Amino acid sequence: MTESTGTLARIGRITGVAVLVIAAMIALGPLLWTVTTSLRTPAEAFSNPPQWIPLHPDFSNYGAVFDRIPIGRFFFNSVIVTGLIVVGQTVTCTLSGYAFAMVSFPGRSVIFGIFLATMMVPLQTIIIPVFVIIRYLGLSDSPLSLVVSALGSAFGTFLMRQYFMQMPRELGEAARIDGAGHFQTFLMIYAKMAGPAIATLAILNFSGFWAEFYRPLIFLQSQDNFTLPLGLVGLQGNLGTGSISVVLAGVVLAILPSVLLFIFAQRYFIAGITAGASR
Amino acid sequence: MAAVTAEVREAVVKRRGHPSSHGQARFGFAMIGLSVLFVAVFTAIPIVASLGLSFFSWDVISTPEYVGLENYQRLFTDGPVLKSFGVTLGMALAIVVLQLTIGLGLAVLVNQRKLVWVRTLFRTAFYLPLLASTAAVSIFMGYLFDYKFGVVNYYLNLPGISNVPWLTSGFGAAATIVLIAVWQQIGFTFVLFVASLMSVPTDVLEAAQIDGAGGFRTLFRIKIPLISPTILFAAVVALINAMQLFDQPYIMTKGGPGSATTTVTIQMYQKGFQNLQFGYGSAIAIVLLAAILVITGLQFLAARKLVFYQ
Repeated sequence: MTESTGTLARIGRITGVAVLVIAAMIALGPLLWTVTTSLRTPAEAFSNPPQWIPLHPDFSNYGAVFDRIPIGRFFFNSVIVTGLIVVGQTVTCTLSGYAFAMVSFPGRSVIFGIFLATMMVPLQTIIIPVFVIIRYLGLSDSPLSLVVSALGSAFGTFLMRQYFMQMPRELGEAARIDGAGHFQTFLMIYAKMAGPAIATLAILNFSGFWAEFYRPLIFLQSQDNFTLPLGLVGLQGNLGTGSISVVLAGVVLAILPSVLLFIFAQRYFIAGITAGASR
Repeated sequence: MAAVTAEVREAVVKRRGHPSSHGQARFGFAMIGLSVLFVAVFTAIPIVASLGLSFFSWDVISTPEYVGLENYQRLFTDGPVLKSFGVTLGMALAIVVLQLTIGLGLAVLVNQRKLVWVRTLFRTAFYLPLLASTAAVSIFMGYLFDYKFGVVNYYLNLPGISNVPWLTSGFGAAATIVLIAVWQQIGFTFVLFVASLMSVPTDVLEAAQIDGAGGFRTLFRIKIPLISPTILFAAVVALINAMQLFDQPYIMTKGGPGSATTTVTIQMYQKGFQNLQFGYGSAIAIVLLAAILVITGLQFLAARKLVFYQ
């Protein structure tokens, strides 16, 4: 090794780190600005230079956001909607994923093939008929419309099926010999081992539906039924550019649950992204 | 001994197998029942219904009227709708290209870091934007890119650059929305590529090093070909998402200025849900779906030449 290649390698390494640090600053900067600006007084919120370190944090915006809009109500709606979808999809997808992986029944591969085909269809291209069906069910302008139309998932079924496929069949056969029924075998043996896949699906669904804007915009009309993202956009509209620190306090509150969950369950988020790539 | 128990077990399963295969089928149907019901009602049937509705004129209230191909004829002569397809395609391609190249570049750089905590730190940084909803992102980015008071223009003013009309000029708004979408989505491609680069076998890389291949050669001749199936997957998913771009332009620019950021989905929303033209809206949806299928097909076709399967 000559000295010049050593220097070259060092320059390359330093440039690489510099690029990463700058990229990380770009990724985090807007989020940091949102947090610190939500801690400025409404009067100086939009004045530059921005305050990157909140030396005198002012928490009044967090109180004000509850006074200005029913953000507690939005929060409640979001929790109910997201919670019911997470629980509901966990049940439906675990059941069907197990059946497609472990139980033989006529038409299994055909039905699974149809599932796979629907997985590719973007939500927006079918939203009009879904809206019509919601209307026929009498669920217009109800948060439940968001739940009911999201209880089944081809992707979730696929995800669970992949996981069950890796499990040894012998365990179930042994249990059957010991006299366990089909459902008992599923519940007591296989479902208990599916924890990581269930966690991945639940977290994917939480972060996806907690942040959802499109379906709530179309399905909901009255403010009382709004979920957080829809309510926040309404808040921004109501206030104009008057006191952005209040709006940003609402934004921070809306993002917080996802960030907390990410801190504690990071590996399931990562698993959720990479799980899709294995199809 | 083990063989004997296995034999016994097999015999027992066989003996029980026959009468219970009927029970097993019933059990299978019961298990998939809920999923089949919900996927059928809220995904499968709507696909067919969307196609069917596109041949009708319907305002939701009165009875639908069959109009044949009229909606499609109207679509292909409807200037604003046609333009929205161009806008969407342009923005989507820009988003996908940037998301793939930047995501891959960052993943390669992070992968060179040996310390696990350093890798975790950068991964967290690039992933955090993905945790915010597009609504939240659109709100604070709207403030940051504000023409008069925005922080971005403030910092550009310092070295003497005059205010950039980020969201108030046609090209500016489209480009800014592309950048914001890439900023938020970069964690997706980044995480995929990091995971996939980790799976490149080290003996292959060591062999390349012994043969005297430099960093760039290793990257373009070995790493990228080996992870090309993941790149294809990322490209397909990113494109399908980008073709449905709605939240950011709807919230930040309402499709403007003019119609510079009016995407297909915004057109569809206006025609379908604001003007209550469900038939015409469905026709737009079907053409969008067809466009997505064609582009995805092209991606797979290109992949036949470019993607390396082990």
